[in-house]
Amino acid sequence: MAELPTQQEPLTLDTFVRGLWEENPVFVMLLGMCPVLAVTNSTMNAIAMGLATTFVLVCSSLLVSLLRNWIPKQVRIASYIVIIATFVTIVDYGIQAISLELYAALGAFIQLIVANCVILGRAEAYASKERLHTTFINSLGMGAGFTLALLSLGTVREILGSGTILGVPLFPADFQPWVVMILPPGGFFVLGAWLLLFNWLRLRKARKSPDPTGAAIHAS
Amino acid sequence: MHPEPLSVIFLNAAVVNNFVLALFLGICPFLGVSAKKETAWNMGLATLFVMLVSSAAAFGINWLLTELDLLFLRLICYIAVIASTVQLVEMFVKRFSPALFRSLGIFLPLITTNCAILGLALFQTSKEYDLLQSLVYALGAGVGFTLALMLMAGLREKLALARVPTVSQGAAMSLMLAGLLSLAFMGFAGLGGSHG
Amino acid sequence: MNAEVETQPRGGVTPTWPMLRTLGGIAMMSGLLVVLVYQTTLPIIAENQRLLTEKAVFQVIPGAVTKRDFVVTEGGLQPVETGGAGTVIYAAAGADGGLRGVAFPGAARGYQDVIQFLFGYDPDCQCIVGSKVLKSTETPGLGDKISTDPEFLKNFVALDARLNADGTALANPIVPVKHGTKTQPWQIDAVSGATISSNAMARALNDAAQDLLPKVQRELATLLSGEDPKEAP
Repeated sequence: MAELPTQQEPLTLDTFVRGLWEENPVFVMLLGMCPVLAVTNSTMNAIAMGLATTFVLVCSSLLVSLLRNWIPKQVRIASYIVIIATFVTIVDYGIQAISLELYAALGAFIQLIVANCVILGRAEAYASKERLHTTFINSLGMGAGFTLALLSLGTVREILGSGTILGVPLFPADFQPWVVMILPPGGFFVLGAWLLLFNWLRLRKARKSPDPTGAAIHAS
Repeated sequence: MHPEPLSVIFLNAAVVNNFVLALFLGICPFLGVSAKKETAWNMGLATLFVMLVSSAAAFGINWLLTELDLLFLRLICYIAVIASTVQLVEMFVKRFSPALFRSLGIFLPLITTNCAILGLALFQTSKEYDLLQSLVYALGAGVGFTLALMLMAGLREKLALARVPTVSQGAAMSLMLAGLLSLAFMGFAGLGGSHG
Repeated sequence: MNAEVETQPRGGVTPTWPMLRTLGGIAMMSGLLVVLVYQTTLPIIAENQRLLTEKAVFQVIPGAVTKRDFVVTEGGLQPVETGGAGTVIYAAAGADGGLRGVAFPGAARGYQDVIQFLFGYDPDCQCIVGSKVLKSTETPGLGDKISTDPEFLKNFVALDARLNADGTALANPIVPVKHGTKTQPWQIDAVSGATISSNAMARALNDAAQDLLPKVQRELATLLSGEDPKEAP
């Protein structure tokens, strides 16, 4: 949409870092939860999924930004979806070419990147308004934030559930792994625990600095 | 692949491999609209309806693309068809049943980004179900989704009256609840598997 | 393209033509990209698939170094190149070119979902000599013992799969028994704690063996003739 050409964001470090922490798609915005929970039963899967999503996110954001003055408002969602689906198909074949075992482990979730609201959200809320280079940096930051979230879940679940990290055993042989952690309920529990930790950190910060913004967080 | 009985397909989709609690599909609406039982019920119904329609549509597309040998376009076609199905369903409901439209209204567009719908289309394809099996699978998935949503909404309604530590309010609490529900649903595993 | 930006009305109704043009353009572009990637990756994926199958086949048939694919059709076994429809089986040969065994697939419903297997059959001893889980979503630590438990895997070192006198079915159906009660060579000693998965494996093996092994045994000559790499077309 070329309606607000004057308010485009200047390129700063914040453009990138925002996605990592302040607007982390998973921990803060609670978007794209399905793959976060489903494929994080091992660190390797988490890394692969994070990279695949980042690739689709960056490529589709770039294309949307490139075409932003050219896509009529009424058909924008349809256009974005087709663009995203194209890149997902490319990633799908790419991963099959790299390793079929990895492809089997990630299952249908590669194709389900299409329905990941992080990507459509970026296209609609950022890429359709901003210039090419800021879009690139911002979507890269978002992708990194998403990968970070996947990793923080995947590592915890693999260590607790299988007693390994990236397939390398961490504990002596008589360690009894906490199997439930790599099963579906474990995904919910670990993500819930991370959110608890972040809530606690935020609350503590708010209590230490008695300014109005801190109070607002506390009230919400 | 030996044919699976329809009852097994239904049970499998509804409880054993529940789309929300075991396969992690449709988490966004699961967390988003499970605050109240009434909205959860409506969302569940709308999803069930769209699932049935898009399952049949996806079956048709897969057949067509197989005939034309264009399988690499499958994903793009599926998502395009689901998006337009949702639109069509919205228009159709608005035209013929304004009352239903008022209750489903805002939920219908949300369904487009519900990965449970796309997941359903992809799974029924990879399991090579025929049309009837696909429809039963979609019915099971929809019922399972509604069930998960209703259970969650019931728990959250009770929880709204309870005193919860500030730190665990919001999404963290919902996720812990979902984990417990998921744990409970694991008990259904093995259903339909032990028969000869 | 710049001129078109100017003609786009602001806030008003966009005419149909630009919408169609945009959607059409994007669809064309995406089609082009997808076809390009598909064509580039197709040979690599096919090669990966072949290596993966080969690895699995060599794993279930000890001593195998080459394999040939056959399709079990209504009219009998055919090399896969003829394009018939049916179950694909793999005839594996050792370093000397002699037939070492036949690998065939099987599937059954386990604890969570359908489990897919590959079994190795040795026509010399008429027994099952190996097994591999190809696809499973069984509970880690419990159901997946069917592919890791060494004691359970011993079942498949020489599992009796002799045919009956007319060669139409197995002489003794392969059945699972409770852990520790195996008395006959055609019984599978189930893993304790993974009974449903063990039963599924036995059922998959029995169903597939009853159906395929009579056909395989009847046409061993076909498999053998196709076996020597020098004779292969």
